[in-house]
Amino acid sequence: MTLMKRRDFLKIGAAAGAMASLYGCAGGGKASGHVVVVGGGYGGATMAKYLRMWSEGGVQVTLIERNPTFISCPISNLVIGGTKTMEDITVSYEGLKNKWQVRVIQDDVVAVDPAKRSISLAKGGNLSYDRLVLSPGVDFMFDQVPGLNNAAAQAKILHAWKAGPQTVALRKQLEDMKNGGVYAISIPKAPYRCPPGPYERACLVADYFKRSKPKSKVIILDGNEDVVSKKGLFMKAWSDLYKDIIDYRPNSELKDVDAGTNTAILEFDKLKADVLNVIPPQRAGDIAAKSGLKLINNRWVDINWLSMESTSSPGVHVIGDAIFPAPTMPKSGHMANQHAKLGAAAILNMLAGSPPSPTPLVMNTCYSYVDVKQAIHVASVHTYDEATKTMQPVKGAGGVSAARNEIEGKAAMGWAKNIWADMLA
Amino acid sequence: MKLLPTVAALGLLAATSLAQAADPNLARNLAATCANCHGTNGKAVPGAGMDELAGTDKAKTLQKLAEFKSGAKPASIMHQISKGYTDEQLDLIATYFAAQK
Repeated sequence: MTLMKRRDFLKIGAAAGAMASLYGCAGGGKASGHVVVVGGGYGGATMAKYLRMWSEGGVQVTLIERNPTFISCPISNLVIGGTKTMEDITVSYEGLKNKWQVRVIQDDVVAVDPAKRSISLAKGGNLSYDRLVLSPGVDFMFDQVPGLNNAAAQAKILHAWKAGPQTVALRKQLEDMKNGGVYAISIPKAPYRCPPGPYERACLVADYFKRSKPKSKVIILDGNEDVVSKKGLFMKAWSDLYKDIIDYRPNSELKDVDAGTNTAILEFDKLKADVLNVIPPQRAGDIAAKSGLKLINNRWVDINWLSMESTSSPGVHVIGDAIFPAPTMPKSGHMANQHAKLGAAAILNMLAGSPPSPTPLVMNTCYSYVDVKQAIHVASVHTYDEATKTMQPVKGAGGVSAARNEIEGKAAMGWAKNIWADMLA
Repeated sequence: MKLLPTVAALGLLAATSLAQAADPNLARNLAATCANCHGTNGKAVPGAGMDELAGTDKAKTLQKLAEFKSGAKPASIMHQISKGYTDEQLDLIATYFAAQK
């Protein structure tokens, strides 16, 4: 995009914004204005599409995303296990651009000024907004693992907890590992992105070993005292399918690493691995964590559940993994998509001068593969509770699979194809 | 005895109207929670194995959901999800999807 075009677009956005504030107080009108969405993952992409779709084009939407294409974290463990490719988990932003006329800018946002309703871009220039949506996902707290707090160590000891180059690199490390080697995966204390994800990864790496390097081992160093998600189903898979491969070690919080020797350092123990995969502790993505928004535990953004709006910074909405979650609510791509719809509905009401819906509902479905064909799920439904001012799980609803099976393995791919289309097509 | 279903239906109507007064887009917003698996506005991705809800007769959707909820219809996941919605909410969702072309 040329600068001229961008400036013209901003003028239109500002004019639409002025109209919104002129008519904003009337209530019940048609939403108009300019919404800037930061981050084009499960939350941000859904937000951009639904704002355009539900406003029937009345609201201008700019999406700022640092990557040229969307790469899915869900299903990426199958790439690490070797049965899917990066192409299988990559979707372009062309649908958002062409079908929904979302202005997609490939850039990073370096600052937010909620008072001026403006953001600054890394490549230069500012964008003004009527409402801002931050969907930055998580960033890693490398300072909690001193030996990993430098670029050389991070290039060797991978997280692969953001799908992309690290997914490919971890797969390469596993392919290069000798038969009889040890793959160790370190899981941080909850909350972290995708609670069942590390256990799924352990299963799929073990499945790969079983097929290609049967003398190899998978050691799970869990910083938690027990399996965080789908415990019974994962433990059954480990004992039924990977009895001599997977070694699960709870209460094994990582304190440090020695990158030179690929050693995980625990409180009372050390473990040297051939492939060491450390999922570091996490917090809200940088732009949400460092823009002066109120955080909880210095890590996650405090939001109003009727609007997904920051409790401290009016006009700034935050969705997805970056928020302090409601009780039992996981940090998942599915949930980020649901936050986006709740937020989009609220933003359109607010731009039209109406209050957000008082009765929002969100639900989660999360499939995990335990081998290349069989999957298990956890599901939940959450509704707004006026007394506690948060979303509460609906009693009696949700649950996990009765047993692992291939039907759910197919459903997991069906889920992926449909949610990618729901976000991007 | 014949009055009972009518009274129940009227009660359902009243509850639905109240909820919709508080949120005129309630049906749209609730139906959007199904879209992750069943496609935007119930238009599922072809060949991905998920039920298409767009344009489906309201009574048919409601019956299916009631059977999921009661456990009469075997399911891998819908029996757990459907229990998270009230009958009023399911009525709104089924109405919304029936109207999608």
